[in-house]
Amino acid sequence: MAKKLHDTPQLDQLESGPWPSFVTGIKRLAETNDMAVDLLGQLETSYQTKKGYWKGGTVGVFGYGGGIIPRFTELKNDKGEPVFPDAAEFHTIRVQPPAGMHYNTATLRKMSDIWEKHGSGLIAFHGQSGDIMFQGATTANVQPAFDELNEMGFDLGGAGPAVRTSMSCVGAARCENSCYDEATAHRTVLNNFMDDMHRPSLPYKFKFKFSGCPNDCMNSIQRADMAVIGTWRDNIRTDEKMAKAWFAKHGMDELVNDVVARCPTKTLQLKQIKSLKKGPHISSVAINDTHAIEIDNKDCVRCMHCINVMSGSLATGVDKGASILVGGKRTLKIGDLFGTVVIPFMKLETEEDMEKLVDFGQRTIDFFAENALEHERTGEMIERIGLVNFLEAMEIDVDANMVAYPRTNPYVRADGWDDEVAKINAKKQAGKGA
Amino acid sequence: MATTALRRPIESGVPDNKPHLHPKFIKNYGNWKYHDRPRPGVLHHVSHTGDEVWSIRAGTQRQMDVFTIRKLCDIADKFAEGFVRFTIRSNIEFMVSTAKQVDPLIAELEKNGFPVGGTGNSISMIAHTQGWLHCDIPGTDASGVVKALMDDLIVEFKREEMPNRVHLSTSCCEINCGGQADLAIIIQHTKPPKINHDMVANVCERPAVVARCPVAAIRPAMVNGKPSLEIDESKCMCCGACFPPCPPMQINDPEFSKLAIWVGGKNSNARGKPTFMKMVASGLPNNPPRWPEVSIVVKNILNVYKNDGRPWERMSDWIERIGWPQFFEKTGLPFTKYLIDDWRGSRASLNQSAHIRF
Repeated sequence: MAKKLHDTPQLDQLESGPWPSFVTGIKRLAETNDMAVDLLGQLETSYQTKKGYWKGGTVGVFGYGGGIIPRFTELKNDKGEPVFPDAAEFHTIRVQPPAGMHYNTATLRKMSDIWEKHGSGLIAFHGQSGDIMFQGATTANVQPAFDELNEMGFDLGGAGPAVRTSMSCVGAARCENSCYDEATAHRTVLNNFMDDMHRPSLPYKFKFKFSGCPNDCMNSIQRADMAVIGTWRDNIRTDEKMAKAWFAKHGMDELVNDVVARCPTKTLQLKQIKSLKKGPHISSVAINDTHAIEIDNKDCVRCMHCINVMSGSLATGVDKGASILVGGKRTLKIGDLFGTVVIPFMKLETEEDMEKLVDFGQRTIDFFAENALEHERTGEMIERIGLVNFLEAMEIDVDANMVAYPRTNPYVRADGWDDEVAKINAKKQAGKGA
Repeated sequence: MATTALRRPIESGVPDNKPHLHPKFIKNYGNWKYHDRPRPGVLHHVSHTGDEVWSIRAGTQRQMDVFTIRKLCDIADKFAEGFVRFTIRSNIEFMVSTAKQVDPLIAELEKNGFPVGGTGNSISMIAHTQGWLHCDIPGTDASGVVKALMDDLIVEFKREEMPNRVHLSTSCCEINCGGQADLAIIIQHTKPPKINHDMVANVCERPAVVARCPVAAIRPAMVNGKPSLEIDESKCMCCGACFPPCPPMQINDPEFSKLAIWVGGKNSNARGKPTFMKMVASGLPNNPPRWPEVSIVVKNILNVYKNDGRPWERMSDWIERIGWPQFFEKTGLPFTKYLIDDWRGSRASLNQSAHIRF
């Protein structure tokens, strides 16, 4: 039995209603755990005063410099003693999840036992960076809790100016749209950067995220310094039996309004079967005895919409890989930035392909470490120095896929133009010879 | 000095996910053909070999006590096959090999208070942050806001009747850890930080704080004979970026920290390119424990979108069709001068055309 619960009239109002209640959960913990009792006390105070009462500090595990989020209470009485002493230290241990956030129940039970023994008993699946967050341990209990989790085969995540914990989608394990082995890419890339994750020494955070197709379920374009987004180069595949079944069920209105009209480049057309085009870049599939869908894949931007609507009738191609976008982040300091295309396509099938991705990540992080200002994200650094300087450092040739449109102002010194054209032509010639 | 041998960490990094994959996921890895949704909350995937798997999705409170986790494990062991996964929005998924396992699993989840849904054109669980529960710089709570809102939105979580999927997020400061979403609720501070000048010299690395300010409104100063910082309040736009590196620059204010609503963020490339969300309302009171004023605005926007959006239009697609004037007209939200951007690159957000809907 734990100590008596504090009165929590505000939090109590979050126990009613149909959605699962975290307050009810913490109260259940508080039946046997004094830290949970005092956590409720401090949280109730915040609800009443509308103020937060945690401050950071320095808490870690032996051998690592980051991965623990220290929290000490600032809610003190006149004598400077914590008002809620059993939650005066309430640190979070960030732990990296398996790719795709899959778990067998034995693992979840074991994690629960460890956290019941050493911590508050409160675990978040997952934090916004993808970590399993074991919330609420005293300074003394951080090390033994980590040791047991680490012996299970789990490792600390990132915090501070470091490579951060990564996320990958459900991917090849369950999704027909998967364009590369997301889990292998996630694990191979991240495990190359464990030193940069566990011993924070970069200008600021660096995040990788792995989405298997342009639906980007990991939200990588808006949140990752390096986004690996699956795509394909060949034609959309079709299945006539499924396309006819889809049409029989959904009809002409939905085909026209929801599929044809919503193609962003209007490359998807509805045609009479007799007037279908033929060619190496054309996909077509009959939807009934007279009509068919025709897609000129040269004009398709791989947006995924038609494939999402007609799952199985239309599918990604088979010459798969990924586009690499760099520089995505949220607001601070210069405003929101999307990741932008730096490598339009790379294969990710063999170990060598994966090594190339690791190498690109390594060179990007090395450049970031040397050139970014303190607290500057990769996207902000590129904004400051210009994409071309970044590309030259990465030894990547410019590509029209990297821009939405070319320059709209003449403020450029272009006296190297002829040299650049000569270089491009020489490369073209060399490419033909090879 | 007596020393105890300290245990060196095993720097194992990302764990292998194979021991955590449902056997059908391993067998059909990279070989799935299509999926459909037999009912809200259920995904049915079919592989090229004809193998099938059903995934049943349920909402959780994200911050889970170990008893809740064990209950979910009990359900997974008894009614599913011992494997689960979590989605990016903290929903849990249970995988089963036969259609006949689906209904008993759903019944058991619902019986234990875990709503089944969050698939397809539903309003899914809200991506959120830590708030007063654990953050060191929160302007409000996170779990509580989410609980209050999801109590209201659970009906739409459990059915698929929105024009397209709806992703929501909440953030308890302007750093916006909750992230981009179709609709986001974010703290909006309205007053400059209050500086505790006695503390600054001891706590803050002053040049780093000066460098952190997006509008160069902070400068070093001597105050009461002590080295401190001062703010040009005519420049300060109250973002709170100085507060994390310098806690004596308190930005959170129980009265003047308000909540703002943003709409139209989309990370998917489907149809149009990905979009950032736009601010459409602010000045809402930070009113725990259930934030009713926020809930009213959020539900109103979602209702208007639901009634007016066409099939497959995400929030951003819908607004692109109807235009911003009609968005404000239909939602009844006031369009104020604060919604016209003046940050770098803002000209691109102005109407550089004669395209006007009358």
